[in-house]
Amino acid sequence: MKKTFILQDLDCANCAAKIENAVQQIEGVVSATVSFMTGKLVLEAEEARFEEILDKAEKLIAKVDDDVTLIR
Amino acid sequence: MKKQQKLLYKIIVSSILFFGAFFFSAEKEVFRLLCLVAAYIIVGLPILLKAIKNIGHGQVFDENFLMSLATIGAFAIGEYSEGVAVMLFYQVGELFQSYAVAKSRKSIAALMDIRPDYANIEQEGKLVKVGPEEVKVNDVIVINAGEKIPLDGQIIEGYSLIDTSAITGESVPREAAVGDEIISGCINLNGRLKVRVSRIYAQSTVAKILDLVENASSKKAVVENFITRFARYYTPIVVFLAVAIAVFPPLLIKEALWSDWFYRALTFLVISCPCALVISVPLSFFGGIGAASRQGILVKGSNYLEALSKSEIVVFDKTGTLTKGSFEVCKVKGLGIDEAKLLELAAYAGFGSTHPVSQSIRKAYGKEPDFEKISSYEELAGRGTKAIVDGKEILLGNKRLMDEFKIDFEEAKEVGTIVYVAESGKYKGYILIADEIKEDALSAIAALKKAGIKETVMLTGDNFAVAQNVAEKLGLDKFFANLLPAQKVEKVESLMREKTPEGKLVFTGDGINDAPVLALSDIGIAMGGVGSDAAVEAADVVIMNDEPSKIAQAIRISKKTLRIVRQNIVFALGVKFLVLVMGAEGLATMWDAVFADVGVSVIAILNAMRALKAK
Repeated sequence: MKKTFILQDLDCANCAAKIENAVQQIEGVVSATVSFMTGKLVLEAEEARFEEILDKAEKLIAKVDDDVTLIR
Repeated sequence: MKKQQKLLYKIIVSSILFFGAFFFSAEKEVFRLLCLVAAYIIVGLPILLKAIKNIGHGQVFDENFLMSLATIGAFAIGEYSEGVAVMLFYQVGELFQSYAVAKSRKSIAALMDIRPDYANIEQEGKLVKVGPEEVKVNDVIVINAGEKIPLDGQIIEGYSLIDTSAITGESVPREAAVGDEIISGCINLNGRLKVRVSRIYAQSTVAKILDLVENASSKKAVVENFITRFARYYTPIVVFLAVAIAVFPPLLIKEALWSDWFYRALTFLVISCPCALVISVPLSFFGGIGAASRQGILVKGSNYLEALSKSEIVVFDKTGTLTKGSFEVCKVKGLGIDEAKLLELAAYAGFGSTHPVSQSIRKAYGKEPDFEKISSYEELAGRGTKAIVDGKEILLGNKRLMDEFKIDFEEAKEVGTIVYVAESGKYKGYILIADEIKEDALSAIAALKKAGIKETVMLTGDNFAVAQNVAEKLGLDKFFANLLPAQKVEKVESLMREKTPEGKLVFTGDGINDAPVLALSDIGIAMGGVGSDAAVEAADVVIMNDEPSKIAQAIRISKKTLRIVRQNIVFALGVKFLVLVMGAEGLATMWDAVFADVGVSVIAILNAMRALKAK
């Protein structure tokens, strides 16, 4: 399943790269890209574990920069 | 916006305190120090707090932390003003970055300002504004002069000029009347139109374009991924170098001053953020994609924009790409009969046929045939038609038809499709039908050559003579005729082997029957808009109008974008490397380091924004 999420207040390009890298490492993620310019995360992951993966992603994002919020 | 304003005020207050500090004479050292500390806290506190928070998260190489460390370090060795200056300039840079990014985000949003806000629906004799999403297929909507067309549909009432520039990049308005299809996102300039909706909003042209452009930046270019990977290693390496510089020389070299080497290490920390690169590369691609979409060229990802710059071979499908795909009567040659009469005979003979050839003859004739005159009509598959008109037998068809009916005729030596006409067993003449070359096809090929394309190739299912004629007129390097769809795939496969390993092959087609080739080539370009879903799916680049000259334009934009990207990489890395070396030697101050960090970012961003203006 592939879905796009808005990352609110994503205003540092390096953080975008870090978030992308972190989310890619989550188990069950097929692909993850963060576009700094559009402030969006495109996440492709196993359908059955999507919610669980999304929760993990949210935590990782907070770790990188807790100003950024993932809007579901 | 609010966040930016707050930062701006902090910077102003902090700068006043910072410069004010220099007015205190040496005896009033305490005041001076107080001013500097206040200036530092005003701009630096958020950074310090964030650094502490992120350390808690285990983020050691966080730029906030490194910046805090560098500035506090400067205070520790008594370089108060430098500590403040570094933090101040860092924040100035951050502010500028966020302005620049916001501005380019906005200008791209403005570029893509094609999203319609409402649709007018007639309900009980009154016009009601509803959201475009609520309108169903076959609903009738009303579009007033000056309004954006909210949904795709067919005009059932009214006449108007349509500004399609936001969608196709075409600056001349198009006329539209009853029966014409109009696409969403265009602007209705003067007349009031009633339109029957043909697609729901989610499937409309506008929704598809917006979706395409918004998702384009998630398909990243090779350089982009390289920079992100590079950034992951760059910061730790620079930080370790800084530690090494602070620790080893004072231990190993006798006369080395600890504070001197510590200062050098701090300059390293200031340059340790790869920001300039990380921000300017995606910004350039984003700008390039935005610039292309303004010209009616939709690029589906940064990776395709990057690949376009390496195009070597451009392959065209003939019909619909280089030629208009609409057959027209070019010549009528009568034998002992005047031309108008011959055309009339042909139009009567082929009145019931839906074959493109008969259609173009009827179009050239331009009048409704008098059906009373036609007493019999028969279609002869693959040959032509036979009809009895005014009691006379008329044959309309190709050479095989003439041979079959043993008509004595002379074969015409012309390029194009030739249909022969016979009346009562006697040859009367022929009609030449040919596809027209698009107006800009010649300049399109010339522009591609100028853009450095090594080979231009045309593939067609048409016969050799037609293909040769078009190829010669346009100055194409190669052409292959008489190809079946499967053979087109084979040809493209063999052409793919001819190019250099880094070179890319571009295939351009109108999206009809060429989805396999579009998918096979390095870059598939579909022409003629987002009407065909299969083409949009299979293609990497979609050209909204039907001008082949847009291909060269797309390549030009991609080359300019890549040039900017390379400039930024070389410039940013060059300056950082230089300052690192000078810093290690003790030649660079923290001022230089701040320039290498923030100044370079700002310059790189300004440079990246040029990509938006590419044409």
